[in-house]
Amino acid sequence: MNFEYSDEQRMLADSADRLGKDLWPSSDRLKLLENFDGLAAQTWAQMAELGWLMLPIAEDHGGLGGSPVDVMAVMEGMGRHLVAVPYVASAVLVPALLGNGGDTAAEVLGAIGEGSAKAAAGLLEPDGGYDLSWVGLSAQRSSGGEWTLSGEKLHVEDGGDADWFVVTARSGGGISDAEGVSLFLVRADAPGLSVRRFRAIDQHRHARLGFSGVTAILIGEADDALADVELAVDKAICAHLAEAVGSMDAALSGTLEYLRTRKQFGVAIGSFQSLQHRAVDMAIALEEARSLSYRATLSLGLPAPERRRVVSASKARVGQCGLYVGRQAVQLHGGVGFSDELIISHHLKRQMMLESAYGSAEHHLARFVAAA
Amino acid sequence: MDLEFTPAELAFREEVRAFFAENVPAEWLTRVRAGLRLEPQELIAYQKALAARGWGAPTWPVEYGGPGWSPAQNYIFESESARAGAPIQFHQGLELIGPIIFTYGSQELKDRYLPGIINADDWWCQGYSEPGAGSDLASLRTTAVRDGDHYVLNGQKMWTSYAQVASHMFVLARTSQEPKRQQGISLLLVDMTTPGIAIRKIETMDEKYTTNEVFLDDVRVPVGNLVGEEGRGWEYGKVLLDRERMVCSATAIHLPQVLDGVREAAAARKVRGVPLIETPAFAAQLAQLEIEAMALETMVLRLLADLASGADSGPRGSMVKLRWSDLYQRATALWIDAHGPEAAHFRALDGEGPADMPYAMQGALYSRVTSIYGGSSEIQHNIIARRALGL
Repeated sequence: MNFEYSDEQRMLADSADRLGKDLWPSSDRLKLLENFDGLAAQTWAQMAELGWLMLPIAEDHGGLGGSPVDVMAVMEGMGRHLVAVPYVASAVLVPALLGNGGDTAAEVLGAIGEGSAKAAAGLLEPDGGYDLSWVGLSAQRSSGGEWTLSGEKLHVEDGGDADWFVVTARSGGGISDAEGVSLFLVRADAPGLSVRRFRAIDQHRHARLGFSGVTAILIGEADDALADVELAVDKAICAHLAEAVGSMDAALSGTLEYLRTRKQFGVAIGSFQSLQHRAVDMAIALEEARSLSYRATLSLGLPAPERRRVVSASKARVGQCGLYVGRQAVQLHGGVGFSDELIISHHLKRQMMLESAYGSAEHHLARFVAAA
Repeated sequence: MDLEFTPAELAFREEVRAFFAENVPAEWLTRVRAGLRLEPQELIAYQKALAARGWGAPTWPVEYGGPGWSPAQNYIFESESARAGAPIQFHQGLELIGPIIFTYGSQELKDRYLPGIINADDWWCQGYSEPGAGSDLASLRTTAVRDGDHYVLNGQKMWTSYAQVASHMFVLARTSQEPKRQQGISLLLVDMTTPGIAIRKIETMDEKYTTNEVFLDDVRVPVGNLVGEEGRGWEYGKVLLDRERMVCSATAIHLPQVLDGVREAAAARKVRGVPLIETPAFAAQLAQLEIEAMALETMVLRLLADLASGADSGPRGSMVKLRWSDLYQRATALWIDAHGPEAAHFRALDGEGPADMPYAMQGALYSRVTSIYGGSSEIQHNIIARRALGL
């Protein structure tokens, strides 16, 4: 039993913190966001140079074969400085999905690792909530063995700038059957694929996909992808948990600093007991979230039922804690907390989005119950 | 980072599991699950069984009779104890006065009192709070005046749990008036058979006899029973601040027992023909408590890992106490919900009542005091704000 980073992981965490501090300084955030494309490109290039884009990719595929704890070390820094790039989708989720792919998948992984391509995963559909087994996108196999996809994907997390999409599609069974779900790889510019792009309140860029007879490459075995998809999404969730913890940590530190320095009625507002107690509740929420982030990340290797239970419990609770810390950080800052110029409101906006990404607290509470 | 136990720790777990399988009577379960203390004679028997095995004082240093366990072993011991439905050891001697005696007491006091705590030959109660000194303990007014070879105690103590069965009491009393209220307070060990001690039961809302007022009227205590130096008793409490992490951790590790009780009650009860535990609204409430309990358990694991590595864990003991008392209160409240209309059947007026019910309700009532005793939740917030957040 040990909750310490190794020396290498500590270096990784420090370097993630430094990158965030250098490229995404909170004092200039609004101004920097005016040139979002340039900032994102510069960040991505540095991440490639540091090897982070190939960190979670298996060594067999030319990656570094980093562990979930390595990813956690990177993500805390991303959260602390609200680095809004599609790292989790492209470097964590997609590589976990493409592990069993063929030649094209290997090429895509190579391109992701060196930073020349981005990828995202389309897993959610209308009327299915966050249920990964609710797959209606139809996959038809021609007599020549070629697969074509028709239907839609409601939301692709961080898919706004993707060059490739990995999507689940139904090759057999009914709309929510576990059997009959297959995984496919498609180019963003494939004929018949329509990509609608959206920016969220936290600057992350997402997509909604429409398919009419899009040719796609099957990844792994047909009909049997759901278990792998679930595991890959659990890995993405754990990366997000670490990001949430980093963001909560920064929001709390900023709030404590403000409580110590802001004066009203002739005294520091941190001398008021009601504000002190609120800050303590924020600190406890952070402590809970950090504990669960560690626990979930260290549970990724457990058998599926136990892994699901721990990851969903953690996702649900960290979401609640993150929203609490974000909202109270805004509240304790008063008027300036509401302003967009201070980074505090950006932390709340990121927490709101993290709470729902890959399943809301409500969804994961239900998954936790089902896993018991 | 890893969550694994070593092979030696796994072997230790088997050993502990076997002990609990033999030494925990089934009839304790309903009360233990409700978070209620067993009767003193039951706790004494349990403590004697642990002592016979060499495990009477799990967190004490070896030289004073502890087993020399690592924090991981302590975690395993407590979690197996919780799994087996064993109670938490009675803590007033083991955790509240024992550590002060072995840290600050004379050799004579150590020799005289430490074995009795481990073997349960002595039962200790705590004479700290007074009618006008609760959370603000430093305002205590009980006096100890030196008269030859004795201190003469006069005053009134309040909320003295188990004074009615205790053989000894540790008392904070004022030995001199000093400008700073925390100074001039001394810690004395008092034999409860000493003339001048009167005990009056305090009725509490859980209808369980636990606590008392204790009146001290010219109670003569030998000067040899002064712990450490005269006037410095307040400082000795500090050793407990560090140790309370262990106490809080132990209670928190036992929280799943309560949730087991809730789950069992909700599985047994049907609402419109469906087991309550399968109804979405109830299942969601229970799941919420279970995930918060998982967070708390992980906080405890981190706390213990920090202790093992010698890292300062700050006021995380206070955080654990806050989270635990909140969850215990909510869990017992949900347990009451699970009993539906039968929750109103607290005591049978004729013959035997429905099994379990009085204990779940008593637990729910008792739980209200857990956010008040041992430093109220508001005091815990103050401690964390000051010690951890620098406010």
